Amino acid sequence: MAGLSLAGVGKRFGEHAAVSGLTLDVAAGEFVALLGPSGCGKTTVLRMLAGFEQPSEGHIRLGGRTLSDASRHVPPEERNMGMVFQSYALWPHMSVADNVGYPLKLRGVGGSDYRRRVGEALAMVELAALAERRPQELSGGQRQRVALARCLVASPAVVLLDEPLANLDRHLRAAMEESFRAFHRRSGATLVYVTHDQSEAMALADRIAVMREGRLVQWSTPETLYRQPHSEWLAGFIGQGSVLLLPGAVPGRWLEGDALMAAAEEAGVQGRGPVLVRPEHVRLGERGGLRARVERAVFRGERYELGLRLADGSALLAYSARRLAEGSTIGVTLDLGWGLEPEAGTPGRR
Amino acid sequence: MSSAATPRSQQRWLLTLLMGTMLLLCLAPSLRLLMEALSGLGLGSEAPLWRVLASPRTWLALWHSLYTGVLGMLIALLLGGLFAFAITLTDVRGKGVLMFCFMLPMMIPPQVTALSWLQLFGPASPLLNSLNIAPALGAPQPLHSGEGIALLLGIQSAPLVFLALRTSLVALPRELMEAARISGARPFQVWRHTVLPLTRGGLVAGGAMAFVSNLGNFGIPAMLGIPAGYYVLPTLIYQRMAGFGTGVLAEMAALSMLIGGLALAGVALQQRLLKRSRFGLIGHAGRAHDLSLGRWRGGVEAGLAILLAAVLLAPLLALVVGSLVPAMGVPLTVESATLEAYREMLGRQGVTRRAMRNSLWLAGGAALTLMVVCLPLAYRLQRLPQRWQGLVLSVIELPYALPGVVLAVACILLFVRPLPLVEVSLYGTLWLIFIAYLARFLLVGLKPVTASLAQLDPSLEEAAQLAGAGLWRRLSGIVLPLLAPALFAGGLLVFLIAVNELTVSALLWSAGNETLGVLIYTLDQGGDSVLASAVAVLVVAMVALLMLSLNMMASRLPRGVIPWRD
Repeated sequence: MAGLSLAGVGKRFGEHAAVSGLTLDVAAGEFVALLGPSGCGKTTVLRMLAGFEQPSEGHIRLGGRTLSDASRHVPPEERNMGMVFQSYALWPHMSVADNVGYPLKLRGVGGSDYRRRVGEALAMVELAALAERRPQELSGGQRQRVALARCLVASPAVVLLDEPLANLDRHLRAAMEESFRAFHRRSGATLVYVTHDQSEAMALADRIAVMREGRLVQWSTPETLYRQPHSEWLAGFIGQGSVLLLPGAVPGRWLEGDALMAAAEEAGVQGRGPVLVRPEHVRLGERGGLRARVERAVFRGERYELGLRLADGSALLAYSARRLAEGSTIGVTLDLGWGLEPEAGTPGRR
Repeated sequence: MSSAATPRSQQRWLLTLLMGTMLLLCLAPSLRLLMEALSGLGLGSEAPLWRVLASPRTWLALWHSLYTGVLGMLIALLLGGLFAFAITLTDVRGKGVLMFCFMLPMMIPPQVTALSWLQLFGPASPLLNSLNIAPALGAPQPLHSGEGIALLLGIQSAPLVFLALRTSLVALPRELMEAARISGARPFQVWRHTVLPLTRGGLVAGGAMAFVSNLGNFGIPAMLGIPAGYYVLPTLIYQRMAGFGTGVLAEMAALSMLIGGLALAGVALQQRLLKRSRFGLIGHAGRAHDLSLGRWRGGVEAGLAILLAAVLLAPLLALVVGSLVPAMGVPLTVESATLEAYREMLGRQGVTRRAMRNSLWLAGGAALTLMVVCLPLAYRLQRLPQRWQGLVLSVIELPYALPGVVLAVACILLFVRPLPLVEVSLYGTLWLIFIAYLARFLLVGLKPVTASLAQLDPSLEEAAQLAGAGLWRRLSGIVLPLLAPALFAGGLLVFLIAVNELTVSALLWSAGNETLGVLIYTLDQGGDSVLASAVAVLVVAMVALLMLSLNMMASRLPRGVIPWRD
């Protein structure tokens, strides 16, 4: 199996740079997610990987083979990839079995070999009974599984998934996430999964590339992304938490225990930096070093989510097992904070 | 309460009355025709219908109609399919220009198309003579044949195939083609396995439309076929009417019923196929695809351009050359070139100015009247129950779907006797043509308005209603300004088609009541093809100008209102 590598890849549509300077190395057999808000360029990256778009700069390699660079462009049909589309893209004039078998037909597979492999692919997604149906007669989840089987049948080196769960309801999503995991395990293919849903990306991927406005923001495992995000924007995009402006904060460093509390209590000092504090690192008590007012308490089932306001005016998010009266005052202890890269200019203005 | 309800119900009653009048206008001629055709069935073999069916000329003309219609349809499928696939699926450049040029033949009146091709070929061709490659005198004109008629019919109806196919191509989600490619299909295989099966419905429907249009075409078989004694059904009716007048009306009604039935069967078939071929396609549709042609692109572009040059530019060039020579057969040189024909037509011949005035009055009057009628009509139509809407629309479509000759015969039947009560006869006056135009082009004017009205958010009007605006107030203050572009586009389309119309007026005109379409035809039949060419050049220039002005409104209109734009 061959790894996928992008080096300095950029794509311009006229004056607009949809993607710029993207460098990623994906190991063979890895499950990676491209995550970002809509319009961040993640779908353009996927379409460049598939060969539907040619990069304006940089190159894309699969193993030792150059797929795209300034002069070469291997067309999609010669890349040995599979793709699952958001709309499934099943051909309505073919039966389920014909849809699944089409890549094999194009590769000249016929006879009993063809039937056996189509049967296996359909069995793997548990749709063998529906082989002769038309795609229009299937439910959304079944259609998505047909699309998966169609990818699987030709044993592609890389499988691209473009927001495959966006059209499904919530209950079905959990089940489909499980099918993707199983699909990855069995096929051993490299999977590139595009989504704007961080929980989907976290649940599925080995590594996540977060993109914003055409650029790579961070490329790391889900755990690192959650605990040690690079920037203020990323901290707000992934998970829940509060960003406090504290003196002595260093980007990329932990602030712990007493040092953190000391920084939080010091007010009016120059040279502050943003620090991410996740709600699970906020302890509530009668005493505690900081005083905070409860502004809202929202019931989330397993716990209450508290919106707190500190004495210096900054907002802090915390969890609580019991409801606290809005307007009451409470003691707060911070256990752990993560120093963030400050946002250039006003956050979110760019 | 009751005092408030009275004006409201009165308003609705007025709208309903208007709709009833328009329906009567559309339906009455066809019903009268049906009555006449089926009259005297009790007479046995002497009944007009049997007499027509027993005549071998009927069957020969029917065979000619079918032969030229089907052959023309095949040519249209080939041309329209090629252009639709190339322009919609691939990355050829200059798509806007290619589309405009390809659609032009649909808007050029058929008698002008026929005239320009006649000027292109044959021993007397001014263009060939000027280039010194004309065949010897006495050589046959190859276009005076069934195949010649079919070729021109095909060129004229190819845009219909193009439009129908393009509509289904644009509706084809991009992902379906991309899924095929990533599965390993080459561009040609994508076309063969995915695009073709999914757009076959559009192709077949376009073919049916082309066939129906060919069947009803009068200008082309009249100019090419009548001199050679090659008659199709519409020209047979024309010939008999011209020869025997109203005396053969009953027989002509029977003939008309025959060809009208054939045309309506074609329309019904096309609508059925369109309905059946509709897959529930999901995905990102609505934009052209751009399969890369790679190094073939230049070649494909050149091929399309050459084809357009052959079917559009060469005949038009021949037409222009034909209008500049002093007489047929004289080659065009710097010395021989003359604007005499234009001067003659515009300056001296009273008939040209009269025909132009008649046509402008008829087309302008019909366009204006229909613009006034269409807004309230579309408004009332939208408030009908779904089932009635479909029914009313098919009645309105009837005079447009029927071949023009059929409508003309039906109108003669309806108005040949003086109107009861007022004792005024419309037969032989411009009013008869005017009424026929109103019925025939109502659909053309109405379609953009209903499309626009369907896009209008009803809450806009509801808000005005809550603010206290009555029906007329809402129509004039809210609906009219928002629909004005569509209304205007509909009017312009009606004008564009009506001003060149030949088929209906060919049977309905009388001395002093000539139209532009009739003028070109009669001039050419009279041997004055240089003069005919001069008028035709002016007509083509007018058509292109009107199309361009419609083009400029495109951004303010709903999709599909302007036939040659997306």
